[in-house]
Amino acid sequence: MRWIWIDRFVEFVNGSHAKAIKNVTLAEDHLHDHFPGFPVMPQSLMLEGMAQTGGILLGKVNEFNRVVILAKVPKMTFHSWAIPGDTLTYTAKLIDARDEGGMVEVQAHVGERLVADGEIVFAHVDENAEGGVKIDQKNFVFSMRLLGVMDVGKAGEGLPASSQ
Amino acid sequence: MPSHDEIYEKVKATLIDALGVDDDEVTPTSRLKADLGAESIDFLDIVFRLEKNFGIKIPRNELFPESLFAADSGFAENGKVTEKGLGELRTKLPHADKAAIDKLALDPKVENVEDLFTVNMVVNFLASKLN
Repeated sequence: MRWIWIDRFVEFVNGSHAKAIKNVTLAEDHLHDHFPGFPVMPQSLMLEGMAQTGGILLGKVNEFNRVVILAKVPKMTFHSWAIPGDTLTYTAKLIDARDEGGMVEVQAHVGERLVADGEIVFAHVDENAEGGVKIDQKNFVFSMRLLGVMDVGKAGEGLPASSQ
Repeated sequence: MPSHDEIYEKVKATLIDALGVDDDEVTPTSRLKADLGAESIDFLDIVFRLEKNFGIKIPRNELFPESLFAADSGFAENGKVTEKGLGELRTKLPHADKAAIDKLALDPKVENVEDLFTVNMVVNFLASKLN
């Protein structure tokens, strides 16, 4: 399994906002344990999906040349849940993007129903982080081909994926 | 031009949001780290919220300087801030409470420097920015 918790972007306006969808399916193992007899998408993974939506939105501002890490979730409220067969729509709005990092406001919906809303703060980490270990952006935050999610939209339009 | 009290109330609301503290925990002399439990990343969060709530831009290192004492600066020796360092603080942190810097001068341990980051310091900084 890959750590990609969004399936496709359906809207992406650089420096402004992004909207991604996540289809919940019983093929995902965790839904069989969370919870037995009551399969719902774990809130932690919805948060991850919202963070990936917002993280890529912030990353794109600097053309993925800065290392973006999830630093803080000041506020997150879950109002409802999502079950297999639901399509979660994650919306991230860029509130601030600056040298040190950025902040997004996020929401999760199933149809018109609000499932979650909150705020996420990201920090930019120096390329030469403490300890002298160079962080390779491609192998770190936007790792495990997370950016491959950008290719999904192209595939939908019959365009070739970018090489990675 | 907002009054000092108006700025204070907005700063207080900002800190309650950013740090998840209660209304009665925030006083003008509260220290952000020692009293309100702020951690490093919280300072970034606070700056985001202040910019949004006050409609201003706060350049990096203006409100919360990240490294006050660069290596070999002569500002600190044996874990204590030197006279030169205290002078640097008065220059780099003009919004810090004068009384707090005087207090630091009496016990100039380097770790006491973060006690200068108080609610009042943030209010003073914004007052100078806005007026």
